[in-house]
Amino acid sequence: MSLLEIKNLSVNFGGLKALSDFSLSLNQGDLIGLIGPNGAGKTTTFNIVTGVYRPTTGQVLLNNRSISGRKPFRINRLGIARTFQNIRLFSELSVLDNVIVGFNQSIGHSFLGAVLRSPKHTREDRSHERDAMDLLETFGIADRAHDLATNLPYGSQRRLEIARALATRPKVLLLDEPAAGMNPHEKQDLIRLIRFVREKFQIGIWLIEHDMKLVMSICDRITVLDHGETIAEGPPAQIQCHPKVIEAYLGEPTH
Amino acid sequence: MSQTSPAILPSLPHPRIPAWVFNLSILLLIAALYPVKSLLESNLDPYFYQVLMLIGLHIILAVSLNLINGITGQFSLGHAGFLAVGAYTAGILLKHYHLPTGLTGSLLYLTTILLAGLVTAFSGLLIGIPCLRLRGDYLAIATLGFGEIINIVIVNTDSIGPFDVGGSSGLHAIPILANFFWVFAAVVICVVSVWRIAYSSKGKAFAAIRDDEIAAAAMGVNTTYYKVAAFAIGAFFAGVAGALWATWFGDLDPSSFGFMKSFDIVVMVVLGGSGSITGSILAATILTILPEWLRFLSQYRLVIYSLMLIFMMLFRPQGLLGNREFFRFKKPRVASSK
Repeated sequence: MSLLEIKNLSVNFGGLKALSDFSLSLNQGDLIGLIGPNGAGKTTTFNIVTGVYRPTTGQVLLNNRSISGRKPFRINRLGIARTFQNIRLFSELSVLDNVIVGFNQSIGHSFLGAVLRSPKHTREDRSHERDAMDLLETFGIADRAHDLATNLPYGSQRRLEIARALATRPKVLLLDEPAAGMNPHEKQDLIRLIRFVREKFQIGIWLIEHDMKLVMSICDRITVLDHGETIAEGPPAQIQCHPKVIEAYLGEPTH
Repeated sequence: MSQTSPAILPSLPHPRIPAWVFNLSILLLIAALYPVKSLLESNLDPYFYQVLMLIGLHIILAVSLNLINGITGQFSLGHAGFLAVGAYTAGILLKHYHLPTGLTGSLLYLTTILLAGLVTAFSGLLIGIPCLRLRGDYLAIATLGFGEIINIVIVNTDSIGPFDVGGSSGLHAIPILANFFWVFAAVVICVVSVWRIAYSSKGKAFAAIRDDEIAAAAMGVNTTYYKVAAFAIGAFFAGVAGALWATWFGDLDPSSFGFMKSFDIVVMVVLGGSGSITGSILAATILTILPEWLRFLSQYRLVIYSLMLIFMMLFRPQGLLGNREFFRFKKPRVASSK
């Protein structure tokens, strides 16, 4: 039994088969890559797993429990957190508050408690703030905690998105193109960060990435999508010389 | 380094005072309104007293709408509908049952105000649930429709059982029970409540929904719950304002709760700066005084008033305070536990 089990997932948008017969299993400590040319259905897969879209057929199981068809916030609470391809931070909130929102599910006090500043409210407010600062410290952005999220440099915004996702205490973390727009130096930092997150938080990580060097160097296994079909699956070395993958990226060989 | 929602004034150092001390001082502040009321009633010109009351009522309406429109980002044009529900609930009850004088009467009056707030909060739930599927312009139109429906229902209802509603001719001769004390006590409670809700860790979910609803849901925020809560809390205070409105003016005319009234309140929120609670207070005060102060212009009054609004929006589209607050307590930098 694996942590996240995806069985024969398909989704059609009208007549378009965005994803067909996709299967995957991910365990705690795994680091799996999802690659493919533009429009292959990678983000669509993430959107189905996190409940943004409903699958046409197939199932998503988390700890042997079906989560397909549930609302995004429920799926997050069950243990799947994500980042977005085009960063979606709460731009008018501070860096610290962005992470604090991630703790929303563990709030036990009511609105009346917040109005009267009940002891429970004060206790939770303080502990969330402390935990959020710890996370920011871990991600090296604690010195910007009181800045607006929108004022952070690009690389730090990506880091903040990961920190915010981890605040929801996930079992599985989905990273949608975490290295997009980063320079080589930032990418090196990111590789170290992803490995560190896997060790420290004891979670399974599944990432979409276009940077082949990054994917090949950190992933244990890679799935390749093209036009919604899974064309290859296996360890990086095998994927690199897979004829179908080369064809999908470079076109058919002309002899 | 810039500060979160920077304040206009330099941020005050965050006082490490226990919550009960704060709560007690708020209670004392409310109690202090009572002698101020007697002072104002004997010394202030009735005209200025009337304007002051209107300022108080507008502050409650603007701050409560700000929670829905500015802080949660759900553009609602139905606030006058909520005001009408609260006003009529209190008006109908108080006209039917004559309250005794003295402490019992005051307590029953307080109960009526709270009841009007609760009834309105319930109507906020009713409007909130179907409207949550809508966004932006569509939500605005749906809430506008809700306000109009309330109006039409009132116009066409002469009585409910033994209770007089008044229909199109309005509800008249409601006992005048509101005064400076009641209105400004409600102002203090409304402002403190909305402030504490908006800036608590729980309340940050409201702003998260405004900034990015999809990301908020992906972070485990039950967006439906928070949006309905924003509507219900906002409606509660609008209902309280309504109850005070009914018992201050004594006469209710259904046409005065039309969409024009909703727009007036929206203008206050936008002019003060969407999301800024102190901005709403400032704008509600200015926009209540301005039309009165411009009376010397006689028939040109509303033209000048409208021109001022247009220029304001041209030169300061983010509103007077933007999304900043006039003052804020600077949170002590929390050291991480490492």
